[in-house]
Amino acid sequence: MDNLDQIVSEAKAAFAAISDPDALEQVKARFLGKSGQITELLKGLGKLPPEEKKTAGAAINVAKTAVETALNERREAIRKAALEARLAEEALDVTLPGRAEVRGGLHPVTRTLERIESLFGSIGFEVADGPEIEEDFFNFTALNTPEDHPARSMHDTFYLQNPDGTLADKVLLRTHTSPIQARYMQAHVAKFAHLERMPEIRIIAPGRVYRVDSDATHSPMFHQVEGLWVGENVSFADLKGVIADFLKSFFETDDLTVRFRPSFFPFTEPSAEIDVAFMSGALKGRWLEIAGCGMVHPNVLKIAGIDPEKYTGFAFGFGPDRLTMLRYGVNDLRLFFEGDLRFLRQFA
Amino acid sequence: MKFSESWLRTLVDPKLTSEELSHLLTMAGLEVEELQPVAPAFTSVVVAQVLEVVKHPDADRLNVCQVDIGSGTPQQIVCGAPNVAAGLKVPCALPGAELPGDFRIKVAKVRGIESSGMLCSAKELGIAEEASGLLILPVDAPVGQSIRQYLDLDDQQFELKLTPNRADCLSLLGIAREVGAITGAATCLPVVQEVPASIADQRSVVLDAPDACPLYCGRVIKDVNAKAPTPEWMKRRLERSGIRAISALVDVTNYVMLELGQPLHAFDNTKLNGAVHARLARTDEKLLLLNEQTIAVDSDVLMIADDAKPLAMAGIMGGEESGITLETTELFLESAFFSPRAIAGRARRYGFASDASHRFERGVDFGGVRRAMERATQLILDVCGGQAGPVVEARAELPARTPVRLRTPRAEKVLGLPLGSERIAALFKGLALSFEQNGDDFLVTPPSWRFDMEIEEDLIEEIARLYGYDNIPSPAPQARLAMMPQPEAQRPAYRIRQMLADRGYQEVVNFAFVEEAWEADFAARTAEADLIRLANPIASQMAVMRSSLFGGLVANLVTNLKRKQGRVRLFEVGRTFHRDAQAAPVSGFRQPWKLAGLAFGNALPEGWAGGARKVDFFDVKGDIEALFAPAQLRFEKLQHPALHPGRAARVLLDEQDIGCLGELHPEWVQKYDLPNAPVLFELDFAAAKAVNVPVYSEVSKFPPVIRDLAIVVDQNVALQTLLDGLKGQISGLIRDIQLFDVYVGKGVPENKKSLAFRIVMQDTQRTLQDSEVDAAMQQLVSCFEQAFGAQLRA
Repeated sequence: MDNLDQIVSEAKAAFAAISDPDALEQVKARFLGKSGQITELLKGLGKLPPEEKKTAGAAINVAKTAVETALNERREAIRKAALEARLAEEALDVTLPGRAEVRGGLHPVTRTLERIESLFGSIGFEVADGPEIEEDFFNFTALNTPEDHPARSMHDTFYLQNPDGTLADKVLLRTHTSPIQARYMQAHVAKFAHLERMPEIRIIAPGRVYRVDSDATHSPMFHQVEGLWVGENVSFADLKGVIADFLKSFFETDDLTVRFRPSFFPFTEPSAEIDVAFMSGALKGRWLEIAGCGMVHPNVLKIAGIDPEKYTGFAFGFGPDRLTMLRYGVNDLRLFFEGDLRFLRQFA
Repeated sequence: MKFSESWLRTLVDPKLTSEELSHLLTMAGLEVEELQPVAPAFTSVVVAQVLEVVKHPDADRLNVCQVDIGSGTPQQIVCGAPNVAAGLKVPCALPGAELPGDFRIKVAKVRGIESSGMLCSAKELGIAEEASGLLILPVDAPVGQSIRQYLDLDDQQFELKLTPNRADCLSLLGIAREVGAITGAATCLPVVQEVPASIADQRSVVLDAPDACPLYCGRVIKDVNAKAPTPEWMKRRLERSGIRAISALVDVTNYVMLELGQPLHAFDNTKLNGAVHARLARTDEKLLLLNEQTIAVDSDVLMIADDAKPLAMAGIMGGEESGITLETTELFLESAFFSPRAIAGRARRYGFASDASHRFERGVDFGGVRRAMERATQLILDVCGGQAGPVVEARAELPARTPVRLRTPRAEKVLGLPLGSERIAALFKGLALSFEQNGDDFLVTPPSWRFDMEIEEDLIEEIARLYGYDNIPSPAPQARLAMMPQPEAQRPAYRIRQMLADRGYQEVVNFAFVEEAWEADFAARTAEADLIRLANPIASQMAVMRSSLFGGLVANLVTNLKRKQGRVRLFEVGRTFHRDAQAAPVSGFRQPWKLAGLAFGNALPEGWAGGARKVDFFDVKGDIEALFAPAQLRFEKLQHPALHPGRAARVLLDEQDIGCLGELHPEWVQKYDLPNAPVLFELDFAAAKAVNVPVYSEVSKFPPVIRDLAIVVDQNVALQTLLDGLKGQISGLIRDIQLFDVYVGKGVPENKKSLAFRIVMQDTQRTLQDSEVDAAMQQLVSCFEQAFGAQLRA
C-alpha cells in the first residue's frame, strides 16, 4: 500500500501548489473526482478477494480522508489569505478627519444667561421678559424716579423721534431691565387680586439695555439681568444670602469674597453695590463692581399695587457681560458685539 | 467730589491711615473712586534762596549760582533755567536727593564747575505736567524748610463718587460730619462769626416765587480790590479739589462752596437796578450766561432779576452782564436756598452743568445759608479788603423737616437682623440726629442738610449703613416650596439656540440700532412714517431701530470674510422694531422676537473628502425644517426686498406666516461686495418655541405596500401645488407620498420635468389586496393627469 501514501503526499503537494480556489477544485478532481486516483482505487476494491477487501478498503478510506482533510485545510487557507488580502486592501487612514458638519455655538453671554437662569431657576425664580422700547413711566416713574429726579442723569438715555422729527417724550430705549419688575409686579397683582394672600414673586429678567455711552469699557447696548423676590418676609439678609450663594455657584468657587457697599438707586432702599474679589487668578484681590441691589422701595411696591407694610422684597441687577468677562477671562467688552467668528468659536 | 485729605483733617482727624479712611468712606456709601498723592515721592528738596547769579564761563545757557539752603554756608549750584535770578526763592534738591523718575542728585562738575545740588521746576518735582522754568516760591517762604512740608505735598487727593442722595457730602463740612459719625472722631468745624455792617448800603430782596426760592440773603460789599492775589493756601485747596483758581472774588465763593456746601454768587452791584427778585422766567426771556451761551429760558426756570432785567439763572449760572470782573469794586453777594424741584433738570435741559446746579438740585443745607454769607464776607474782606453792608434776608416757608417714625420691629424685619432699640438709639446718636424714643418707637427729626430722610426706609438705610452692611448676616433664605411651571408645548429658548448651534450656526449679538441704509436695503423701509429714529444716536451708523436682523448678519459676514473666514454660519435671536398703533404692551411699537440666520460658503467644511459645493437654498431650508420637525412647514414664493425674487420663500406654519428664507438679492451681493450670495432666513421666535404635545395614534400591524410612480409635468408647476391638488381627491390608503427624484433633460420634453414619487399605502386593520392598491394608484395617476396635465413617465 505504499502507493496510497504516495497518493496522499502527491495530493498534499498538489494542493499546496495552488492558491486559486477554482484551480484547487480542478486539482481535487485528480484525486477525488469520478476518475480520480482515490476513486479508481475504491472502484478496484470489488476485484479483490473478500479477506483483502476489508483491509484494503480501510486503508483507502484513510487515504481518502487524509486527502479530503488536506483539501479542506487548503481551501480554508486560501479563503483566509483572500480575506487578509481584502482587509489589507480596504484599510483606511483612520487619522483622516471625520466628515461631519462643524458645530456652531452659543454666544458667550448667552451661555452666562443660561447659567444664571438655571441657577436661579433651581431656587424657584421664573424668567420674565419685557419690551426694549419702553415707556418712560416704567423705566423711571414706576421705579420712583420722577421727571427731573437727579438719578435720571445717572442714565444716559436714548430717546426716539416721532416721524415728524419731534422728540417722542413718552418712550425711550430702556436703560436697565428694572422696568420688567415694575411691569411684572403690576401684572402679578392683577392676576392674584382675588386671593387673600398674594403668592410670592420670584423672577429673573435678562435682556438688552441701552445707554448713550461708548468706549473701551462701555457699549451703547449691553446686557442686564434683573432679579426680584417679593414676599411676606423677604429681608436684606436674604438678599445677601442669595447673592453670595449665586456668585459662588456661578464661578464654581468658594475662593471669592463678596462685599455689599451702601449705594443709591431710586427704586431700592436700603441700596447696595455688590463687589467681588477673587482670592487667586489674574484679578486676585481687586474689588470688582458686579451688581446693584437693594430692598424694593416702598413707593415702587405701592405704584405696583402691593402693600409695603405686608410685603417686602429685594431686587438686584447684574451685568452678565461683566460676569462673562470674569468667567472666561475676556478683556474687551466690545468683542461681544463684533460678530468675529474667531472670538465666538472659542465658546462653542 | 474731590478734596484734599489735609484740608479734611483740619476738620476731623481720625487715627486712621489714608487707605483706612478711604475704605471706611467706601463702606459707608461714599465711594472713594480715586485716592492719589498730590505729589510723587521725592526726598531732600528744601526752600532755597538764590543769592548770586554769574554766567558760566564755558556755557552760554548755564549760570553759576550761590544759593542759601539754610545751612549757613552758601552752596554753589549750576543752573540752566532761564528764569533764575538773584533774590528768588526756589526749591533746591540737595546732594543725595531722589527726584521722581529715579533721578539722583550728586555733587558733580558741570562743564568744569562744581555744582552741589539742583534748583527745581514744578515739573522736576512731579507736581506739574509742564514748566517753563524754576518754581518760584513766595518771598516769605522759610529758607531751609522741606519743600514737601512747605507746599504740603504729603497730602492725598480723594475723589468721591457720590450718589445723588448724599448732597450733604458735597462739602468738606459734610464729609467731616460723616467721618465723625462713622469713626467716632471729634469734629472741629469752622467757627463763623457774624461780620457787622460798616456801611449802610443795601438792596432789597423780593421773593416772587417763594416755593422755588424760600430764602435769599444779599449783601452789598464796597471798595473791594478784585485784583488782590488769592492766598496760596486757598489756591492749593481749590486746586486739590479740582477747581481752578481764577481771581480772588471767584476763588472765595468757590472756596466757601467747597467748605460749607453753599453755592454763592457775586454780582457787580453797579450793574444792578433796584430790588433783586427771585422769580420765574418771563415769556421770551433770554439771558447771556457766563459760559457765553445765550439761553431762551422756559417759564419753569427760576431767575434772579433786578427791577429791569434778568441777571442770572438762579442756582445754575450767572449772567455775563452782571458778573464780576477784575475791575469790579462793588459787589452784591448772594447766598440763597433754591428748592431742588425748582432747579432739577434745568441745566441738563440746556446742555450744561454747573457746580451750583449740581448741589441745588440735590439739596443744599438751608440752615447754612446765613453762615456761608458771613464766611464769604469775612474772607472777601480779608483778601480783597472792602466795606460790608448789612445782610438783607428774605424768607418764606422753608422745607418742612417732618419727624419720621421708625419702628424697631420693622427695621429688624426689613434687614433680617435682630438689632434692638438700644443699638438703634446709639446709631442715631452717632449720626447726631435729634430723636424721641418711646420703647421700640423712634421719632426722628431730619437735619436741614439731609434731603433723603423722609420715610422709615430712609432711616432703616442709615441704620444699616452705620451698622455696616458687611456685619449683616447672609443666611440661605427660606421660602415655601412650589414647583415651577414647565409648559410642555413650549421649548426653552436655549433648546432652539442649541439646535441651530448643533447644525453649525454660531450665535451673534448685534446692535438694535443700525445704519439707515440697511433698513432701506433689507426691509425697504425708507418712509419717515415707518422708520424709528433715535433722537440722540451715538453715531450716524447707529441711528435707526432695526426692523430686520439681516443687516447685522450681512455686516458680520463682511467682517468675517475680511478675516479670511470662508465658511460662515451665523444666527441671532433678537427683537425687531416696527411702528404699530395697535401694539402692546408699548403702544405704537411692535417688538417681536426674531430668529435669523445666515449661511455662506461651502455646504460642508472644506476637506479631503471633497464636496466643495456651495451652500444653497435647500441646505438652509433643511435646517429650518429640522428645527420645526415634527411640525410640517409650508413654503411659498415670496417677493422680499432683501432676497432674490426667484429664490425666496415665505415660511408658513399652520397657515400662519412665520417668516422668510432665501438667497440674498444679487443687487446687495454686489453692493456689499460679497463673492457670492449667502442664504438668509428670519423667523418668528415665538413660533419656533411652540411645539405640540404628542398625541398617540395606532401603529399598523400590517405591512405597508410601496409603489413608485414617475410623472412628467410642466416645469413651472410647484411641487406644493401638485400635492395640495391631491387633497381629498385620493384614497385614504395612501399614507405618504415622498418625492425621491426630480429630473430634467434627455428623455423629458422641453419645459417639462419628471418627478418620481414613492407611494406608501397601508391600513391599520388588514393587509391590502393588490386590487385595492392598483385602484388607489390609478386614482392618484388620474388625479395628476386631470389637475396638472401630468403624464405617466414611460
